[in-house]
Amino acid sequence: MSIIIDKTSRVLVQGITGKEGSFHTQQMMEYGTNVVAGVTPGKGGQKFMDQVPVYNTVQEAVQETGANVSVVFVPPAFAPDAIYEAADAGIETVVCISEGIPALDMLKVYDYLQTTHTRLIGPNCPGIISPGKCKVGIMPGFIHREGTVGVISRSGTLTYEAVDQITREGLGQSTCIGIGGDPIIGTRFIDALKLFKDDPETELVVLIGEIGGTAEEEAAAWIKENFNKPVVAFIAGQTAPPGRRMGHAGAIISGGKGTAAEKMKALEAAGIHVCKSPADIGKTVAGILKKA
Amino acid sequence: MNIHEYQAKEVFRKYGVAVPRGKVAFTPEEAEAAARELGGDVFVVKAQIHAGGRGKAGGVKLAHSPEEVKEIAAQMIGMKLVTHQTGPQGKEVRRVLVEEGIDIDRELYLGIVLDRSRSRLVLMASTEGGVEIEKVAAEKPEAIIKEYVDPKIELQPFQARKIAFGLGLRGDQVKNAVKFILSLYKAFVDTDASLAEINPLVVTKQGQVLALDAKMNFDDSALFRHPDILEMRDISEEDPLEVEASKYHLNYIKLDGNVGCMVNGAGLAMATMDIIKLAGGEPANFLDVGGGANVETVRNGFKIILSDPNVKAILINIFGGIVRCDRVAKGIIEAAKTVDINVPMVIRLAGTNAEEAAELLEKSDMHFEVAQTLEEAARKVVAVLNN
Repeated sequence: MSIIIDKTSRVLVQGITGKEGSFHTQQMMEYGTNVVAGVTPGKGGQKFMDQVPVYNTVQEAVQETGANVSVVFVPPAFAPDAIYEAADAGIETVVCISEGIPALDMLKVYDYLQTTHTRLIGPNCPGIISPGKCKVGIMPGFIHREGTVGVISRSGTLTYEAVDQITREGLGQSTCIGIGGDPIIGTRFIDALKLFKDDPETELVVLIGEIGGTAEEEAAAWIKENFNKPVVAFIAGQTAPPGRRMGHAGAIISGGKGTAAEKMKALEAAGIHVCKSPADIGKTVAGILKKA
Repeated sequence: MNIHEYQAKEVFRKYGVAVPRGKVAFTPEEAEAAARELGGDVFVVKAQIHAGGRGKAGGVKLAHSPEEVKEIAAQMIGMKLVTHQTGPQGKEVRRVLVEEGIDIDRELYLGIVLDRSRSRLVLMASTEGGVEIEKVAAEKPEAIIKEYVDPKIELQPFQARKIAFGLGLRGDQVKNAVKFILSLYKAFVDTDASLAEINPLVVTKQGQVLALDAKMNFDDSALFRHPDILEMRDISEEDPLEVEASKYHLNYIKLDGNVGCMVNGAGLAMATMDIIKLAGGEPANFLDVGGGANVETVRNGFKIILSDPNVKAILINIFGGIVRCDRVAKGIIEAAKTVDINVPMVIRLAGTNAEEAAELLEKSDMHFEVAQTLEEAARKVVAVLNN
């Protein structure tokens, strides 16, 4: 099993004819993802790579193809509209790759989604992959391997680093979710943990956090009360200065809050294996799984 | 993006948020003229830098005549102000705000921030004016009044009234405070602010509610729709290397260490800084060259890193995903031809086409060490540093 996406996922690409959208659609199809439709307003009727029908609206695409997962590759100023449109059309999971959506726009998006059945992953994320089954996003497929480690991360390339370490240990992943580096995101650590809890295939979860906010502390408290599977964590930004935004919109220590030290302490107190070094993630996971 | 106090007050004025009368001055003469224009017999001269804690550091002074305003401004302009937020090097004062003196009855606190856990904006108010809100939150959390904003209906007058009554205001003070709070909220959302803080918010002896101080930060992601806000950017407040890097669209933050690093992706860039420190080195910077990592980006990255005289070694850490490592390697080799790299370098390229990349680098006439893993990269760069 896996969470959120699997072999049955029918994927729609919003912004399929754009530079990013077309490149990554091709990559996803090569990985084996069932891309059933694309949407670019005004380009309805075209076929992407002579294969994938392009529609003017998400509603039309859903009606015609039964798409249930969408991935958004549109520029940040238009991304909220794309998310609303997907949710309005009844898409179950929207993965938003776009980086740079204004926070006040995301507040409204988040609030609206609470009234729907749509799950949002991201924005500002690499997407989600269930190795060997389905890839919805921009991560390099070949570093992944089917297995039993669930990965939840606020980062992109750092997630690839962790996945690569796990794969090199001869282990694999059930599902890897990049939840995104923005302050307002659709799916948080706890939401993903709840799904991993009920996934019999997932034996262990790797949680990759970073400075800013209190999502890791909240996850730690939840894990302590509700989660029985082992968790390995790493927090990026142990050397980050306060008050500075470290690349991601959400990665900032403000008012002395959101430091790596605080997060590591909270995670450790919840019985989580916290790696000080990002090089130790794979080893730590292997140590736990191979002992069990 | 940050702006100065006087600029935040200009934004406030535009939205009907009450502020003292005042004017910015770049020279002592301008400060004197501003005081004459304001009139009255009490003035406040406030150093304008992007940091808090100015009062305690001597950056806020009272004056009783335009001549005294000039004198104080002459002392302030050009001085390095060291506050708990500037670091020991301090910040040079280049402009001052001259304001009318205010008859203060009470000092309060009001702020608007994003509550990330609740995904809502929250208004925070407290009767502990002049004290940092983080300190109040830690020591007297019950003294903070919070009102969360529902994005569907936005801030409602009843919420503003709850804050006003909660602060112990009465009569006209309540009316003035409600107008103040609603206007501040409007200013916040209209400008895509990420923080608005008024500390202290004062009630005058005449019952007015005024922003004695004002701080506003803006969401960088929304600046594209606020050219007027972007114009208020004061690059003299920023690190010159960071300003230079921003011209190349590089995400660079200068730190105090001696190992320069160039990484793709913000999370991996932070993790690379962390592992350098764990290996016994000190990172000189954060630099995320992003997904592109082409010749131009790498060249500019080298230029910026090498402009920092503290840099004694460089660590390049690229995890190739969609970006192929061989392409990044070509970028590094090309860039190295035009930039004089005069410090030892360790390169780690992992992921897509890493082997081809290693081959290309081996064949080039560059001097560097190769590392396979993150750990090895950090160990090697610290070792070359100690040689």
